Amino acid sequence: MNRLSWFNTVSLTLGFAFLYIPMVILIIYSFNESKLVTVWAGFSTKWYGELAQNEAFLNAAWVTIRVAVFSSTLATILGTAAAYVLVRGGRFFGRTLFSGMIYAPLVMPEVITGLSLLLLFIGIGLDRGILTIVLAHTTFSMCFVSVVVSSRLVTFDKSLEEAALDLGCSPAQAFRLVTLPIIAPAVISGWLLAFTLSLDDLVIASFTSGPSATTLPIKIFSAVRLGVSPEINALSTIMIAVVTVGVIAASLVTKRAMVRQKQDELAAARTE
Amino acid sequence: MGRPGLAVMDGHGCGFAGELMRRALLIAIPYVWLLALFLVPFFIVLKISLSDVELAIPPYTPTLDLSQGWAGITDFFSQLDFENFVWLTEDDLYWKAYLSSVKIALISTVLTLLVGYPIAYGMARAPTEWRPTLMMLVILPFWTSFLIRVYAWMGILSNEGYLNQILLWLGIISTPLTILNTNTAVYIGIVYTYLPFMILPIYSSLERMDESLIEAAEDLGCSRLKAFWLVTIPLSRPGIIAGCFLVMIPVIGEFVIPSLLGGSGTLMIGKVLWEEFFSNRDWPVASAVAVVLLLILVIPIVLFQRNQQKQTEAGQ
Repeated sequence: MNRLSWFNTVSLTLGFAFLYIPMVILIIYSFNESKLVTVWAGFSTKWYGELAQNEAFLNAAWVTIRVAVFSSTLATILGTAAAYVLVRGGRFFGRTLFSGMIYAPLVMPEVITGLSLLLLFIGIGLDRGILTIVLAHTTFSMCFVSVVVSSRLVTFDKSLEEAALDLGCSPAQAFRLVTLPIIAPAVISGWLLAFTLSLDDLVIASFTSGPSATTLPIKIFSAVRLGVSPEINALSTIMIAVVTVGVIAASLVTKRAMVRQKQDELAAARTE
Repeated sequence: MGRPGLAVMDGHGCGFAGELMRRALLIAIPYVWLLALFLVPFFIVLKISLSDVELAIPPYTPTLDLSQGWAGITDFFSQLDFENFVWLTEDDLYWKAYLSSVKIALISTVLTLLVGYPIAYGMARAPTEWRPTLMMLVILPFWTSFLIRVYAWMGILSNEGYLNQILLWLGIISTPLTILNTNTAVYIGIVYTYLPFMILPIYSSLERMDESLIEAAEDLGCSRLKAFWLVTIPLSRPGIIAGCFLVMIPVIGEFVIPSLLGGSGTLMIGKVLWEEFFSNRDWPVASAVAVVLLLILVIPIVLFQRNQQKQTEAGQ
């Protein structure tokens, strides 16, 4: 019975309308001629032009991108190691504490994480700037990476690793040649997740940044507090477009990788 | 890392000790990172919540002076007290903010469940070839900036906003409704931004469900509604629980939504903490607020972790 009932059709339509209409309105009104955001006065791209002139926004965007690249790369390395340890590491001292520290940041209110990290940085006398934001973002996004990667690790066949070990690979080689290629799609989506989490974050960045480093969300937040503005609409539209293209491209790539992997596994099974 | 065969290590010249070292290092690096940047900061918050506010840098006292040896340490501990926590109970603002955060979180979790369940259910019933696309449509907003999604509602809900324009044009209302800067706007904002967190876990538990169970229930004389209530809902319970926790826990400490969509009447503890820290510069009270918030959240966080662990073990 794979036909949708009217109830399911209605709930899906209304649900997706609810999710998408606000963003569609935002995008449409970013092309509005008028300074008044709620009154339509004809098509124009002038707000995009003004955005390109806005030095402060451009600087903030550059800071944000650098922070996101560094923190998501670090978080991917640490998070993948943490996932590997949790799934394959066996028993070790303090394992419960370790898994607790992986899961807790996922639901921790950002104000607490931000405040506690700030007090740590001040306590050890670290000047607030790009470095402190990178450290903060790495800490919470490595937990997300680790959850994504460990969900892939639990589902794949452990005997593949064991076969590599039996055939004379060192554990490091087995990881590099067998495990890593198999979990690669999860590692990539973990990196993407960490990257967008870092791009997005307002609260933790506000606590851990100094006057020398303002990120884009901090800039947007202080502008938005004064009300709706067409320039912010234009900026939002660009960000939505970048994310949409990125997510769709990434999903196509991982889908293709997974299909290829399946074919390889089938081929391997046939030659056995 | 699981089982180092002896032959392997002879062949590569790295001994058992080297292997152990590598394993220890692999565990130690993420472990130490989390200890230093996640656990230790909490103890610092705890310590500062027991300190007094001071016009200095750092703006609290006492500070630990290790150069004086043991005397410095005892001196430090003797100056800590629970003054800030007493202050939290004396001023109405704080406990009202805690209560209202919990209330807003509970109501909005129920609302998100009511909105999210039918969507997840519809997705799980959709033809198999649609599902990846539908899934993508739910995930996409989740990747889009949180701040932007909240901001989008400011233009819709304001007095001159699109919603009021449409309602006035349709003749449903004659004067604009005040929605922005009220609790209603906060609820709308929370449901909107947290909806994917509710939909995804429910969808994944519904998708795994065997449809023949429903057919069996119907064959045995259940009405469709009764079959839904007796079979579908209980089977999707793990998803419902995970979704509710994923919405409720972060909402209790939410800051962005109440500060952009809420008004002066919207009391939420995340906003209070923020203002205590950034506007009043009272670090000890801000830390005390954080400690109490954490105590409130410990129970749901532990329950959430248990639920997740059970799920992963069931998956294995």
